[in-house]
Amino acid sequence: MTDSATGSVRIEHEIGLHARPSVKLTQLAKTFESKIEFSASPEGPWVDAKSIVKVMGSKTPKGALLHFRAHGQDAEAAVQALVTLVERDFELTP
Amino acid sequence: MLRLVGTPASPGLAWGPIFRLDAARSSTRRAASADAGREAIEEAMTSARAALAELSQHVADEAAAGILAFQLALLDDEEITRPTFAGIGAGEPADKAWRQVMDALIQDYETAEDSYFQGRAADLRDLRDRVLDSLFGGAQQTIPVGAIVLAEDLAPSRFLAAEWGQGGLVLQRGGTTGHVAILARSRGVPMLVGVDLSRVEPCDEALLDAHEGSLVLAPDARSRHDFEQRRAVHVERARIDATHLGAEARMAGGERVQVLINVARPEELSGVDPGHTDGIGLVRTEFLFHARAQLPDEEEQYRVYRRIVEWAAGRPVTIRTLDAGGDKPIPGLTRTGEGNPFLGVRGVRLSLRRPEVLKVQLRALVRAAAHGNLKIMVPMIAVPDELAQCRLLLTQAVRELAADGEAATPPLGMMVEVPAAALSVADFDADFYSIGSNDLLQYLMAASRDEPELAALASPGPAFWRLLKEITRHGHDVRREVSLCGDLASDVRHVPDLLRCGLRTLSVAPASLAAVKAAVRRS
Repeated sequence: MTDSATGSVRIEHEIGLHARPSVKLTQLAKTFESKIEFSASPEGPWVDAKSIVKVMGSKTPKGALLHFRAHGQDAEAAVQALVTLVERDFELTP
Repeated sequence: MLRLVGTPASPGLAWGPIFRLDAARSSTRRAASADAGREAIEEAMTSARAALAELSQHVADEAAAGILAFQLALLDDEEITRPTFAGIGAGEPADKAWRQVMDALIQDYETAEDSYFQGRAADLRDLRDRVLDSLFGGAQQTIPVGAIVLAEDLAPSRFLAAEWGQGGLVLQRGGTTGHVAILARSRGVPMLVGVDLSRVEPCDEALLDAHEGSLVLAPDARSRHDFEQRRAVHVERARIDATHLGAEARMAGGERVQVLINVARPEELSGVDPGHTDGIGLVRTEFLFHARAQLPDEEEQYRVYRRIVEWAAGRPVTIRTLDAGGDKPIPGLTRTGEGNPFLGVRGVRLSLRRPEVLKVQLRALVRAAAHGNLKIMVPMIAVPDELAQCRLLLTQAVRELAADGEAATPPLGMMVEVPAAALSVADFDADFYSIGSNDLLQYLMAASRDEPELAALASPGPAFWRLLKEITRHGHDVRREVSLCGDLASDVRHVPDLLRCGLRTLSVAPASLAAVKAAVRRS
């Protein structure tokens, strides 16, 4: 059975999705089996959340609302983990 | 035997094997098959990955670690590997396929609107070149100790990573005031720039004379004999100079001359005894801002400044606010695509357009001033209002910090390097003046010091000496210190002229301390 899940969260990190947050995000995404994508708009374009090129390339600024969607066995857990990561400001010490 | 000439960027003599750097990177590697090409690029990526992981173990600051993690993640990203492998599969040479993928990405970042993302283009370029270096065996090319290195250009990080011993450096490009030249003078590594390396054939050894500006490849017996004699003279001169190192510099008539040092990186201080100096006449702060994901914060700057001030143990330390722009671009801060960066938004012009960056630096400096004798100097001042604005920001910083009890106002001085400022120096409310002879000369003569063909024009002449005398006389009249911190002070041939202009404070490259003190004695 394949699950789908979606979620969204506002990014409060100072420069937005810059190098360290992007690396953390892709590293976490890669720990899940599911296909995971994100977008700064509900209409897309959707990009692969496991690709640093795509994640950094989105040049998402601070304050943007990040939308995640996942398809696969662990879709629910994946979206939840990613939303939590962003909520916790990527667990980076300021 | 082949004799080449160039412009001395750091004096000295070196005799050793030649080592050609970066000759390979531009060549195209065509593997026997697509399989071999793919194997080669995978191997290069693996070794780049290992090198980055190794570097990550040794970086202390978060920002640098972030950049390395970003580069490592890129190497593992299919968005990069897939099109590279596809290019190789379609018959492209491995280096070309890799370069195409990376260059497209670099261009995307260069044209980003946000300056932070623009700055990342440099990290991508660095990664591109690191993999290319491994592909061509360049990364394994450790610079052998004692070699005379020939290269088109050299990055400051590469210079610092090498152990130079008795070796030297010869560059096709680069100028005498560039960062590598400053580091070479500081470390006493002989260096020539503007040497046409196109005719260099592989050979065993070379003689580098960075006093007269020559490089002799595959020297014959007579050249070797001549060189040996010149070297003996210089060794003897250095021995005599060294006897002056620990003593105060006094002119033949007994008058005291302050001899301070210029510092571009704090690491340079480890080789210098503070007791041999009268302090630090110029700390360049650009090093703090280079190769960074984000600008250094107040705490980091404060710690670095404090360490430098404590090293000097009560002797004066003049720290220059960020002098970015010109030949010192800083990704994410300086402007890209300026038609003439030396006449563009650089030095204080940039600082006043980014007051939030200057303010952080001023606060860090005010805090560090509590630990020693710190003075603040502003570069590229052209009109009195620029200095007045800096003073206002400094006053604000002091007032903000007063609440925490760190409230002394350090002296605020200016670099005199724009001819307009030099001509009207009395109009500026500076606590001290420091003549930046490199830029003052090139602006005065409208001759770039990076242009080897104009070296004669860009050297001091009557107009320059007249300006110097007037600045010094003004300082004397109002009893404010005038010093000179440009390269001129490190050149012993000019020391007598500088003293004749009335200067009594010189700030020099650490490697020139002994020679300059000795030259003062003879004057």
